[in-house]
Amino acid sequence: MHPVLKIILQRLALGLVTLFVVSIVIFTAVNMLPGDFAQAILGQGATPEAVDAIRRDLGLDQPPVTRYLQWLSGALQGDLGNSFAQANFASFVGADSGVRTTVAQQIAPRFENTMFLAGVTAAIAVPFAVTLGILAALYRNSVFDKAANIGTLTSISSPEFFVAYILILFLAVLNPMLPSLSNIYEGMPFSERLEKTLLPALTLTLVVTAHMMRMTRAAILNLMASPYIEMARLKGVKPIRVIVRHALPNALAPIINVVALNLAYLITGVVVVEVVFVYPGIGQLFVDSVKIRDIPVVQACCLIFAAAYILLNLTADILSIVSNPRLRHPK
Amino acid sequence: MTRISRRGLLTTGAAAGVLAASGLPLRAQAKKGGRLRAGLNGANTSDSWDGRTHSDLFMIASAQGAVFDSLTEIKADGTLVGELATDWEASSDAKTWTFNLRQGVTFHNGKPFGADDVLESLQMHVAEGAKSAAKPIVSAISEMKKTGDHQVQFTLEAGNADFPYLLSDYHILMYPAGQIEEAIAKGIGTGLYQVQAFEPGVRMVATRFPNHYKGEEAGWFDEIEYIAINDSTARMNALLTGQVDAINRIDFKTEALLRANPMIRIQEVTGNQHYTFPMLTNVAPFNDVNVRRALKYGVNRQEMVDKILQGHGLAASDTPIGPANPYYHAEMEPLTYDPDKAKFYLKEAGLTSLDIDLNVSDAAFNGAVDAAQLYQASAKSGGININVVQEPADGYWSNVWLKKPFCASYFSGRATEDWMFATAYEAGVPWNDSQWDSEDSARFQELLLTARAELDSNKRREQYHEMQQILRDDGGVIIPMFANYVQAVSNKVASPDKVGNLWQMDNARMAERWWMA
Repeated sequence: MHPVLKIILQRLALGLVTLFVVSIVIFTAVNMLPGDFAQAILGQGATPEAVDAIRRDLGLDQPPVTRYLQWLSGALQGDLGNSFAQANFASFVGADSGVRTTVAQQIAPRFENTMFLAGVTAAIAVPFAVTLGILAALYRNSVFDKAANIGTLTSISSPEFFVAYILILFLAVLNPMLPSLSNIYEGMPFSERLEKTLLPALTLTLVVTAHMMRMTRAAILNLMASPYIEMARLKGVKPIRVIVRHALPNALAPIINVVALNLAYLITGVVVVEVVFVYPGIGQLFVDSVKIRDIPVVQACCLIFAAAYILLNLTADILSIVSNPRLRHPK
Repeated sequence: MTRISRRGLLTTGAAAGVLAASGLPLRAQAKKGGRLRAGLNGANTSDSWDGRTHSDLFMIASAQGAVFDSLTEIKADGTLVGELATDWEASSDAKTWTFNLRQGVTFHNGKPFGADDVLESLQMHVAEGAKSAAKPIVSAISEMKKTGDHQVQFTLEAGNADFPYLLSDYHILMYPAGQIEEAIAKGIGTGLYQVQAFEPGVRMVATRFPNHYKGEEAGWFDEIEYIAINDSTARMNALLTGQVDAINRIDFKTEALLRANPMIRIQEVTGNQHYTFPMLTNVAPFNDVNVRRALKYGVNRQEMVDKILQGHGLAASDTPIGPANPYYHAEMEPLTYDPDKAKFYLKEAGLTSLDIDLNVSDAAFNGAVDAAQLYQASAKSGGININVVQEPADGYWSNVWLKKPFCASYFSGRATEDWMFATAYEAGVPWNDSQWDSEDSARFQELLLTARAELDSNKRREQYHEMQQILRDDGGVIIPMFANYVQAVSNKVASPDKVGNLWQMDNARMAERWWMA
């Protein structure tokens, strides 16, 4: 078997184990929180009678281990269960009508939105950060290099909501160019959707750029002292060509790793930005679901988040192997 | 603009105050057309068209406020009118009620509305295993029958003069009989607007239903869009950048910014929403009326209004009956902060000082923890040492409220006195958060039942005034303040001179009552 293929299979198997562990941890954690779905949803109206009725309906009266095993056997067959949130009162007379919203139905549109935002952000941020990094390496220690460093470090050090509000202030309130409300919905024309997604995407770009840009710069500078770069320079190759042609290909591995890490962050960690721009992404759904203890949805979200990290890390590792002939053809 | 005191505003008529604040012409002519976009909070992923579950603004405004109708409706000025009922009649003991239903009404799917729909829709609330917040209202009906295609008759277990008011409850919506599941899934009602899109916790879009029975008097917009914006800064941004035309619940800290914008007006109404500190009157030391009186004199109510509500409220005197209630006792002598009296009543109770725990969380109401700390500071000079115990917001309603002897809570208030008392002050009801019963005041419980069946409004007024006094003097719930409803509206949208004060956003009916300027 090709060594790269072997690595992929090994890593995927390990990923499944990780997902299993994550599901146990999340299930235990949600169960340890005070209150359950019945109490959370009834709020002030949580009479013991009503709480019991809901618990019975949803099977929350079963011991946690039984519930976990039920969930697990469903999940192994690809059934993530039904969302409590939409199931609870759907029946007319209190009896189960059988019509329920599955977790997959509830998550799918939100996940699609999250991927859209992550995609738009990545499309802006990755080329921007890498270019900036290359230029900073090219003009290192110049005013440009310092300004780029200071600028990106400032934006990464500010809390996300602060960056978001600053952008809203300048781009939506003072100069009304972009909408501050990103309430996209299914069936919205692509151009409108893109326009509404632009402000959150720019906010996230500012948040993730520093990391990628500095890694690009550092990885390239690291190589600049190598003999083969010196050789290229002595040959009379132009500095920009030295970097792009000779240094960058060998610096790709660490850059790809950082990019992957940031992409995973864009999928899993942007709830604050979603709240500020009212973007209906998966982060909002996740927080809402934790609030009402909707365990099936929380579980599914966590699995998605964990899977995003596992898959992107795996992709990063594969790409760094592919980009490095020494690793591609191990002796 | 001269400053109008909030109390003055109430006595001189809220309409005049709102008028002065909004600067709108006195008789603006409503016109058809346009699209209302509102940014509202209180939306959840668990939202649905099932009226039994509604508890917060987003769904109340979407369901009762636009897509569904109830039998009766409370107008902005507090009067009761028929919605799907045209008129009603009570027997002299207020026990048997006959409602005539509106003819020629159809649901959005074309099904005509009639008596069967009423009976089946009410049945939803009392069905076995059903979880409805309106269950107590409907279960007080011992018999309901169809007396004609468009007439129903209800027999109550005990006389209740307010029964038609109760039917205006936002949980009690009319669904098409035999299609209720479908109606809940798709949002099929008889309301002014027909659902086009609904994503729980995200948005709701509806268009004007043609040939509606409210015809030319209401429902001016062609289309409405309600956007769920739970974050108050995001709501304000959306309004400031013109992406929505109205928002509810503005953040008082940024109120000045909104006021400075000439394109936006602030609507503020004082209603029945009140913040409370209930004590369990069956637990020592709160079973002693003198201890309760000492605690009543230890609160600086005006300070709480000024600091917790930033002035957007009204000091209350431990009664839940507010300015939006018909028999609100406005002339009753208010309770004021008086540490000497607090000491006096402690002495009456045989104590020199009192040490108690007060369990609070901001889940009870915004600023509850700060309010408790203010209370702690003001009560100290009356010899009362309050230990503020901060509880987690998660599970507050199930673990603290009704369980701890002294905690914080809130009520949005009710349209009628009896409704409010029956919710939280009648002996034995589940939300009686002070365990207030005839051992505490036999007179109160007796008046509660007499006034309920009393059809003579002068007699009722006397009875309800006396009950408010009893609560002020002996009651087990400290109610320091009524909290105003404060919302902001773009001047692109016009609203009537008088907006409702029972609930936010013109009693959640802005889709029905407002229009494009």
